[in-house]
Amino acid sequence: MVQFSLPKNSKITTGKTWPKPEGASNVRKFKIYRWNPDDGKNPQVDTYFVDMDSCGPMVLDALIKIKNEIDPTLTFRRSCREGICGSCAMNIDGINTLACIYGMDEIKGDVAIYPLPHMPVVKDLIPDLTHFYAQHASIMPWLETKTNRPAKEWKQSIEDRKKLDGLYECVMCASCSTSCPSYWWNGDRYLGPAALLHAYRWIIDSRDEATPERLDQLEDPFKLYRCHTIMNCAKTCPKGLNPAKAIAHIKKMMVERAV
Amino acid sequence: MADVNRGNRPLSPHLQVYRPQLTSVTSILTRITGNALIVSALLIAWWFLAAATSPEYFAIANGLLTSWFGDLVMTLSALGLWYHTLAGIRHLIWDNGMMLDLEQAEKLGWFVVIGSAVLTVLTIIIV
Repeated sequence: MVQFSLPKNSKITTGKTWPKPEGASNVRKFKIYRWNPDDGKNPQVDTYFVDMDSCGPMVLDALIKIKNEIDPTLTFRRSCREGICGSCAMNIDGINTLACIYGMDEIKGDVAIYPLPHMPVVKDLIPDLTHFYAQHASIMPWLETKTNRPAKEWKQSIEDRKKLDGLYECVMCASCSTSCPSYWWNGDRYLGPAALLHAYRWIIDSRDEATPERLDQLEDPFKLYRCHTIMNCAKTCPKGLNPAKAIAHIKKMMVERAV
Repeated sequence: MADVNRGNRPLSPHLQVYRPQLTSVTSILTRITGNALIVSALLIAWWFLAAATSPEYFAIANGLLTSWFGDLVMTLSALGLWYHTLAGIRHLIWDNGMMLDLEQAEKLGWFVVIGSAVLTVLTIIIV
């Protein structure tokens, strides 16, 4: 349901300003969302100052530096630091992206960092992605076949394989789904761009034999049709994919099979 | 580890922090103009109704709709109508699976914004 303002327990207050590093000439200001599940307080935005002369170029480098040198309680997910695991997705400078591949030179002024939007927060920059993963699981993200298993492998022509380009690269970071206003308001029933991109990835896979069942499953006023082509998903995807386009193609297939 | 805080979790900020995009703004404007046009349509229906009722009643309705405020409302309605029409055409293009790449989609967005402004000016000149 549409609720433009934040619930009472989610309203953000001004937090602590941490001391500036001593003797640093090239300092940058970071404003970072904090919420501690143990202190019973509302979320707050803390201010940090980072010496850019001794910091790596990416936003994740700064976060790690803050955690190492200023505030060890700052909590965030990270793993591969090269944009392939999808762990460090967060809202940076007003858009969702991966902290590890977003350069600080792309940001003007202070660096504002929030968790992925409209999600329950576990702690600081960590959102609860349980529902998001469950939605992905619901679209049957695997090869469904009916014919007998071939002796060696399921084969695919080069042309058919090409249809999966721009789809298989998704790392499930949730940047797209949490950038989508439709997903904000109807995320309980609307599957969101990430799950639908994956749905399309299996629908157009030439080896998959469950296309009608997959389409049947999506034929629902909420699961698929809450997409209004707002395109925040495509705009924000850190991997440069286009979920909006995939969703439009699913909608088109729905019409084509009905007429 | 037991997940003891489920239920007490705050909702992360959304509209409060998300930067408006060309595509998102043109999308919500489609909805806003669509709803505003319902009001405009009712106003015009009221104007017709007044004309069918009596000369006195028509004078009141006509007076209001041709006042500076009425002109403002009707000019904005024309803008809304052109915008909504062009945005509708944009959706028809998208529904055919075309122009969905980000660059093209943004071009379409500008086309709708600039196109509706130009058509509104033309409408004012002609009418």
